[in-house]
Amino acid sequence: MRNRLAMVFAVVLGLSVSAPLFAHHGGTTLYTDRTVRLEGSVKIWYWANPHVLLTITVTGDDGQAVDWVFELQAPNTIHPLGFRKNLLEPGDEVTVDLQPTKNGNPNGRLTRLVLADGTELDPQSFRSGGSGDEAQ
Amino acid sequence: MLNRLLVVFVALLCAAFTFPVNSLAQTSSSPAQDWPDTNPTRTTTQNGERAVPVRDISGLWSGLWGARLGNQAKGVQLHPNDGTPANQPPYTPLGLQLFKTHKPLEGYDEVPPAENNDPRVRCEPLGFPRMNHYNLGVRIYQDEFNVAMLYQYDYRWRIIWTDGRSLPEVLDGGVEVNGGDYREQRWYGYSVAEWVDDYTLEVQTVGAMPDDRVWLDNAGRPISDHVKVTETLKRLDYDTLEWSETIEDPKLYTRPWQTMKLQLALQDPRVDVLTRYCSPREVEIYNEMFGDSASAP
Repeated sequence: MRNRLAMVFAVVLGLSVSAPLFAHHGGTTLYTDRTVRLEGSVKIWYWANPHVLLTITVTGDDGQAVDWVFELQAPNTIHPLGFRKNLLEPGDEVTVDLQPTKNGNPNGRLTRLVLADGTELDPQSFRSGGSGDEAQ
Repeated sequence: MLNRLLVVFVALLCAAFTFPVNSLAQTSSSPAQDWPDTNPTRTTTQNGERAVPVRDISGLWSGLWGARLGNQAKGVQLHPNDGTPANQPPYTPLGLQLFKTHKPLEGYDEVPPAENNDPRVRCEPLGFPRMNHYNLGVRIYQDEFNVAMLYQYDYRWRIIWTDGRSLPEVLDGGVEVNGGDYREQRWYGYSVAEWVDDYTLEVQTVGAMPDDRVWLDNAGRPISDHVKVTETLKRLDYDTLEWSETIEDPKLYTRPWQTMKLQLALQDPRVDVLTRYCSPREVEIYNEMFGDSASAP
């Protein structure tokens, strides 16, 4: 699958993202008004506080493999949204949406996860009925 | 045969009177599960027409979700640090000076993770009243002597005395109880309370830790060991608890100011709460894997 071999596409949603700024590492470190989509294989799924972390290996058009690391909310926040410690295994193919860091390093905040079977998980849907951010 | 029927009838009658009706009522809105989760979509109408228990605020209360959001990420709920003058606390000169030494991860004056000096990030106890401003969710038990609050964050707990004892007098570095007995400052202070009416408990707390150990909120507002915190816990209906808080801290603030007025939802009492905690080792790994790289210039 060609998509597996490449960073598929970067989608800049720009100002259409209207959700309130996320609290931790908000405007100082993240482009909270941008969303990038990547495909890759899971390297590390780290289920811990203060943030769950996901590392995936993404291979670019030039054949270079880059490890991207994303943060999610804490386990007790994303558990009710369907996330579990055993959700992912090394080697699983996933598609992710993220808000990238401003410094250009391969980091970001994960805003959507799509599993190989098409299951979609939204780690930020806890905010859908609220008016505030999630403290870390 | 008649005797056997009589025995069965009496047994059923006994069961009807001994079964915990109240517990059943709280759980009736959710499907039976062995390990139910907190319900993020719970609303006030789910049990809103049930009779409100008198002088009883016990239960599992969550303010984490939706319109009941209790996390207060950018600072205390009523005055988040969003850069607007209206939300600026009434600092004394010392209060403002202290605030400027704080490097918070949240709010208008947030700094990158590598630059913060929030005691919470070092896994220090949140202390009181900050515990009320961080992912507020509690399980409350009570008896004739006290109300016990079990906070979800870090599995911390706090006792509020309702047996008529007096509020300690604040001294430098501690408090005085029993007309002369000195007690040290504590992370969660000394709390006493009385029922204002059948549905409202007013709590007062003194004896908190000094300003170099605790913050008021995630935005780095300071709090001192001379603070007096007044909380009002009012049961609005069967499944809604309104939690208000006002702080008086003459060292750091020129006047009393209200910090929050939140409504928490009563949850299924069988929920096995998933706690958030601070582990120094996990923070270290977080920074190694993500934090240091994400906040690098």
